[in-house]
Amino acid sequence: MPMDFLKGVSGEYDVTVIGSGLAGMTVANALARSGHRVLLLEQHYKLGGMATWFKRKGGHIFDVSLHGFPVGMIKSCRRYWTREIADSIVQLKHVRFDNPMFSLTTRYHREDFTRLLTEKFGVSQSQVDAFFDAARGMNFYDDQQLTVGEFFDQYFPGRGDIVRLLMEPITYANGSTLEDPAITYGIVFSNFMSKGVYTFEGGTDRLIQLMQKDLIKSGVDVRLRVDVEKIHVEKGRVTGVTANGQFINTRVVVSNANIKNTILNLVGRDNFSSEFVDETEKIRLNNSSTQVYMALKPDEQIDEETGDLLFSSTAPAFQTDLLLSRDITSRTFSFYYPRTRPQGRPRSLVVSSTNARYEDWAELSDEAYEASKQDLIETTLESLDRYVPGIRKKLDHAEAATPRTFQYYTRHALGASFGTKFEGLAVSRGLSSQVNGLFHAGSVGIIMSGWLGAINYGVIVANEVDALLLSKNTAQVG
Amino acid sequence: MTSEEIREVIIDILGDIAPDEELGDLKDEIAFRDQLELDSMDFLDIVMELRKRYRVQVPEEDYGELASMQSTVTYLEPKMQDVEKA
Repeated sequence: MPMDFLKGVSGEYDVTVIGSGLAGMTVANALARSGHRVLLLEQHYKLGGMATWFKRKGGHIFDVSLHGFPVGMIKSCRRYWTREIADSIVQLKHVRFDNPMFSLTTRYHREDFTRLLTEKFGVSQSQVDAFFDAARGMNFYDDQQLTVGEFFDQYFPGRGDIVRLLMEPITYANGSTLEDPAITYGIVFSNFMSKGVYTFEGGTDRLIQLMQKDLIKSGVDVRLRVDVEKIHVEKGRVTGVTANGQFINTRVVVSNANIKNTILNLVGRDNFSSEFVDETEKIRLNNSSTQVYMALKPDEQIDEETGDLLFSSTAPAFQTDLLLSRDITSRTFSFYYPRTRPQGRPRSLVVSSTNARYEDWAELSDEAYEASKQDLIETTLESLDRYVPGIRKKLDHAEAATPRTFQYYTRHALGASFGTKFEGLAVSRGLSSQVNGLFHAGSVGIIMSGWLGAINYGVIVANEVDALLLSKNTAQVG
Repeated sequence: MTSEEIREVIIDILGDIAPDEELGDLKDEIAFRDQLELDSMDFLDIVMELRKRYRVQVPEEDYGELASMQSTVTYLEPKMQDVEKA
């Protein structure tokens, strides 16, 4: 008999959260802390969604999406998670750029960027100040006509080198491009510029373990290997979900699954206005990624001056289409020194990430796919050798992930690794006005992407759900 | 609750949200964001705390009313006149 992963699931829940990405877990935790009965369902065998890791022989633990987040993460973790989690967040001090236009290392915050832009790039102090202030003043409800490219043009016309310095890291952080609305850039860039880039000491595995512990403490009913097949709606309101073939009563559903999948498949288009369905179908998914995971032999070390994050490119100029091409010229290397996991065996690892298109990988035959993966590993090692000389001799393990890998593990359409483009935010926010009790929290609209964006969006949605449940309860009493 | 008591409630909430800030010098007529290091998530926390502690609902379209202490107290007064101080 198959194992029943829903054993003991009982009666009615106030809230069922579908998917345990950082947004889903944060919603679940916040609502359980407010006293609601919360069920968290995850199709995979571990929590975390894209905030994930995997282990390989030799004591190596690879982080898939731990590449650095803004300082705001400390506050959000302290407030909505635990002090232990917040206290494990530490700064990454070496952010390095190496491309045909410039090579430099920076702390990646406003003060240091101002120094670089005035001294190295020859821009006046007042122009730099004006740029930073404009970026910081952007709100998500501002005018969206201005693109990132046009925004840069206002302050640094004709300066492809500065655009590269300002844009490359953000493109890697959330998949955004020069053609996206300027506000998506301004908000995310300013978050980083306030204090620099931070990481989680102990690795993703430790973070998710601590979060799991806190979810249980808050009273969330956490279930793994449970696949939600349907969200039930009757007379415009949520009544329950079907998961692993079983009906579960719930008053509210918060979907941490992809927004389009939630509306078009899990709920079904008949439950929405035709205009809303049209808006949903128009949402563009963000691109996917390829990654190469490389572990050094136990006794091999990398000099920490190599950097924590290294934006490496051989492309003569910064262009969005070049970044997505399978003919890879730009890579981001994340270096994980033994201090990444002080609790574990000392290991040095490198993860190389590149933005990629799903369609470039989807149609390959098995043979061509394996060959392409191998080629990806080889060319990445070749590139890394410039920064870690003799890498092939030092290497203990290397493997690649492609858009197909991301699709397989996260069930995101097209292997999308940064959620949706900007228009996804309005649809995500508008769900509850279409169906009473239906919400979405997850990577949408670029600004709600990344670890901090996901957690904060989880808090925003939890606030709305809590308000709805309170008004429902009050209505029942009175 | 009187306006003075509402002010105390907000100071108390702000103390939790921004533990490193000096709130004794807060000027009621000047925007919080011009005096304290608050971001939009902090304002959301004020809203959530008001609901948790006093069951007072502040809809999203009214978040702008919480810009300064003066505007916050003016906005909350009718909503909290029947609420007992905790």
